[in-house]
Amino acid sequence: MPKSTCDALVIGGGLVGSAIAYGLARGGAHVELLDEGDVAFRASRGNFGLVWVQSKGVGVPEYQRWSRLSAEMWDGFAAELRDATGIDCGHEHRGGVTLCLSEQEFAERRRMMEQLHVESGETRFEYEMLDHAGLKKLIPSIGPAVVGGSFTKYDGCANPLYLLRALHAAFIRRGGRYVGDSKIVSIKAAPHNFSVAAGGRTITAPRLVLAAGLGNRELAAPLGLNVPVRPVRGQIMITERVRPALNNVVTLWIRQTAEGGLMIGESREEAGLDDTTTPDVQRTLAARAVKTFPFLRDVRVVRHWAALRVMAPDGLPVYEQSPRYAGAFVATCHSGVTLAAAHALRFADHVAGGALPAELARFSDRRFDVQDSV
Amino acid sequence: MFRILSDAGGATVAVLIDGRPYQAPRGCTAAAAALLAGESATRTTPVSGVPRAPYCMMGVCFECLMEIDGVPNQQACLIPVAEGMRINRQHGKAAVQP
Repeated sequence: MPKSTCDALVIGGGLVGSAIAYGLARGGAHVELLDEGDVAFRASRGNFGLVWVQSKGVGVPEYQRWSRLSAEMWDGFAAELRDATGIDCGHEHRGGVTLCLSEQEFAERRRMMEQLHVESGETRFEYEMLDHAGLKKLIPSIGPAVVGGSFTKYDGCANPLYLLRALHAAFIRRGGRYVGDSKIVSIKAAPHNFSVAAGGRTITAPRLVLAAGLGNRELAAPLGLNVPVRPVRGQIMITERVRPALNNVVTLWIRQTAEGGLMIGESREEAGLDDTTTPDVQRTLAARAVKTFPFLRDVRVVRHWAALRVMAPDGLPVYEQSPRYAGAFVATCHSGVTLAAAHALRFADHVAGGALPAELARFSDRRFDVQDSV
Repeated sequence: MFRILSDAGGATVAVLIDGRPYQAPRGCTAAAAALLAGESATRTTPVSGVPRAPYCMMGVCFECLMEIDGVPNQQACLIPVAEGMRINRQHGKAAVQP
């Protein structure tokens, strides 16, 4: 079997793995990125494309800070990727709205945003609650059923497919080696010495990053890491291309792409590994969309799809270094677009440096042990 | 640029192409009528705004999108002409009613 060595080996060619691999290569490391292939569940290909901060990290200010940090770094990150590759990720950073369709939702939303503000402490999470009239100034196409919504300036969006392509291209430009069709056959582990058999080759490296989405669960256990992620299905539909109708504001479940299509999400379903769409959910999504934006009644849906989120029991990312085999890290989350900048520009440096900082301690896999013993 | 190869009996229907009256052969499609009426570009694209014309004429390529009877993004090559049909070239992204 052909053998090769590198400084760092990243398993998983989706948004998380590609961002980390790019960040490592950007720091000067010789990196290989192993991607399973189209048999994998490919959450990165079905992503809604939000850079989303509001509503992240209620009760967990570390998650709010990490998401905000990434959203703030996104402006420069998108420019960096564009300069390096010529690929425009379609990043927009004009704020986002969570729409509320009842007084009760609006009141709950206000409480939640206030909690985020209080918990943010000196980092001062800022938000605005907009009533119907205020929201209509921001997005004139809302219908009468919309009571109001919360606005923060932190939110935005990007085209997840262009982002993935740009990360791969930027990684390769930095000397990285991307290898597809590389399902992991085995991992031999010793501290700072990992031998991975995949795609008919053996690659050896002192650093290993598991970024294989749902595959992390199985890959992590032999390395002494506990990653109890499960699939949570989300369905999305997209309409024909129409003129700007949302004033470039993104919301949690509807946004307009640069090309004009309106993306309509989102569902949260426990469906195991079934990534197909269902008529009942599509009907619910369409009905809510038309209720919120009556103009959609005359706009046709042209495609729909489903994808599987990579979800930890508490919804937070998992970042940890193996206590048994130093040099092996895991990174997993369900916000590969939002966190792409932080993964590339921060997390990768921590991996290269050999230790995760205190700001990421809250995301350790050890939190699951505690929950098990309660 | 285009002509009909076999005469279908001469029956026609009156349509409006970009507001201009045109007698289209009965049974032809809106895209064929537009081509026969001398339109070469039947739309401009939503992103870069370049002109496009019907291409495959069998419902596959989506190049022939036109506004038909007020409905945008219609595949003109799949829609047979009807009396009084309004067939309009489509400029860029479709308009929506706010």
